[in-house]
Amino acid sequence: MIFETVLITALCILLLAILANLYRVVKGPSSADRVIALDSVGINLIASIAVFSVLLHTHAFFDLILLIGILSFIGTIAFARFIERGVVIERKR
Amino acid sequence: MSGSGEVIGAILILIGAIFSLISAIGNVRLPDVYTRSHAASKSSTLGVLCALVGTLLYFLITDGFFSIRLILGIFFVFLTAPVAAHVICRAAYRHKVPLTEQTAQDELKDYYMENEIIEAKEDKASVVVDQGK
Repeated sequence: MIFETVLITALCILLLAILANLYRVVKGPSSADRVIALDSVGINLIASIAVFSVLLHTHAFFDLILLIGILSFIGTIAFARFIERGVVIERKR
Repeated sequence: MSGSGEVIGAILILIGAIFSLISAIGNVRLPDVYTRSHAASKSSTLGVLCALVGTLLYFLITDGFFSIRLILGIFFVFLTAPVAAHVICRAAYRHKVPLTEQTAQDELKDYYMENEIIEAKEDKASVVVDQGK
């Protein structure tokens, strides 16, 4: 009983963290701010999926942790290249 | 024996969630892209690592289930979060996002100025070569 309460408290804290990061996504002055905040939203999503899989006592969501980690990393790298060079995939002349 | 697993898992998950909240507060309150990236990458990585290790230990102690996928996820997050923060900070610096007013010194300034000049010369040279063809 106390265990479930602690897990739900952790989920609420993670929800607050995601909302704070979304504030930075909306307000951020430069686009690099927005990308950093979106990356940490992805990281917080990974943590909350781990908490959910403990709460529901299932192994089914571990694939999802790996998948969201990889997609968040690739998205961040693509956005960084877009900010730096103006293109995502460069073609050699 | 399942009680100790629940205690360890709950403590680690709570620590991880609190670290994520601290990282989000830093992400809102700090004045600059670079300081915000410091908050976001360091403490957020530590928070998610604590939460994932808590999940791993909970399933290991209660079920005796050792998840390779979860180990892989921990390894991947631990490997890629600093790389992503570094790349986005470098992109922000080269895109000339301004530093905060309180910055004491900017050691990269001279270095990147030299590199920009060299790259501009190389671009001109390659344009000349293209026209020569």
